[in-house]
Amino acid sequence: MIKSIIGLYHQRSQFFIELLLQHLYITSVCIVITTTVGLLLGLLMTRHPLIAAIVLRLSSVIYTIPSIAIFGILVSITGIGLASAIIAIVLYGLLPMVRSTYTGLTEVDDEIIEAAVGMGSGQRHLLFWVRLPLALAVIFSGFRTMVVMTIALGGIASFIGAGGLGRAIWRGISTNYAEMTIAGSLLIAAIAIVADLILEYIEKRVRIRYLGEEG
Amino acid sequence: MSPWAIEFDHISKSYTPEEVVLTDINLSIKAGELVVLLGHSGCGKTTLLKLVNKLLDFDSGYLRIHGKKISDWDIEQLRRSIGWAIQHGALFPHMRIWENISYVLRLQGVEKNRRRERAAELLQVVGLPAEYLDRYPRSLSGGQRQRVGVARALAANPSIILMDEPFGAVDEQTRLQLQQELLQIHARFGQTILFVTHDIHEAFRLGDRIVLIDEGKILQAGSKEELVFEPASERVSSFLGTKGFSALLDDELLCDLHAQVQSGSFDPDLCLQRLAAIKGPALKAGPSASDRSP
Repeated sequence: MIKSIIGLYHQRSQFFIELLLQHLYITSVCIVITTTVGLLLGLLMTRHPLIAAIVLRLSSVIYTIPSIAIFGILVSITGIGLASAIIAIVLYGLLPMVRSTYTGLTEVDDEIIEAAVGMGSGQRHLLFWVRLPLALAVIFSGFRTMVVMTIALGGIASFIGAGGLGRAIWRGISTNYAEMTIAGSLLIAAIAIVADLILEYIEKRVRIRYLGEEG
Repeated sequence: MSPWAIEFDHISKSYTPEEVVLTDINLSIKAGELVVLLGHSGCGKTTLLKLVNKLLDFDSGYLRIHGKKISDWDIEQLRRSIGWAIQHGALFPHMRIWENISYVLRLQGVEKNRRRERAAELLQVVGLPAEYLDRYPRSLSGGQRQRVGVARALAANPSIILMDEPFGAVDEQTRLQLQQELLQIHARFGQTILFVTHDIHEAFRLGDRIVLIDEGKILQAGSKEELVFEPASERVSSFLGTKGFSALLDDELLCDLHAQVQSGSFDPDLCLQRLAAIKGPALKAGPSASDRSP
């Protein structure tokens, strides 16, 4: 089996490279959007408790809906293709991103905040010089979860015509070609593992740099 | 220019109608004075301090800084011109020591090299070696962090410094050392310092003037001698543990006590012990200073 999978990578290298690049493109777009929206929402939530309650509840509810069902619902609204896939993946990725941003920012020691305000920090200084750096480690751990999740979910995106490595899985399932299915899955898993290892290393550096801990 | 650095004029504040924190506070602090706000935890002294840099607002009365009503100040500019030191130092854990010390200068737009130079100068003032500049607060002891906190309060060369129990979290020996250093800094630079503490000994060691606060009201504001020998009420003398002192003291002891009070080494507990040894059962000792300090 392993031999035939390696053989498959060798024979269809062009096909797999193309799918890999598509997958990286889709997940990169989703990661950028999720990070931006997640950070902004998290920030907004720290200023408006009502918005915080609504967003946290809503994102938890989205989490309980099976991903395939979300794709189904979105296809009926935004049609088959990349747009639906990106919306669904972003919706899924928002919870860890929003929660970590919100938690990170609200858990900064009140005494530190008061010291910064008492010394004359404006809102902008307080956010960029004090709160965000001190929340960075927590935000980054949410970012890491989101990235791994987005890479994995990218595999399902091809089921609604978005491309990516899920196409190899889909093709393997529909033609009963197990090697193809496994070859596609292995590549997705490999990207996720590599990304996780890199981000784990960066997270450790961030923790040491900003909090002086490895936790 | 007003001779007064800070003027509280009929200031009152409450958090809720039932929770009155400050009632009709009248206090004027001269430029260059080191005034200690003394009282139990929750008496309102920290609240009073935080009104000065507008971390809290008051309900009624007037507060003037250098003769100008606080509402007429640009709030961020005012805060940047007032030094602020609090318990545990509250240093920014993600910034190096020099960045912590020069934080206000960064807010004022001072360029990086100048900020670093200033931090190095101040590190020397508070008795820390220059190699600490690039360290992070986590690598410093409690006492060293407090020193950095004091250096940070001095960074922008403020005319007023607010200190909220800045030496509260260190051992007695370090505290004594920090108090001595603060007195030296005050003698050298002559800022107006408003210092909050619940520790009677600390108040007597530091204050040019002591303001005794209880339940949001000023019981007495005066020199150390006035507080000990001319208490405004029984509550003052029972707070300080000096109830009935004058009546019991003979001339020699009184003289000695005056000297102690003046030098800041006055210790009500020691006095009571000494008096008890002389007068025996005639003296009914009140609670000790350590009992009175929360």
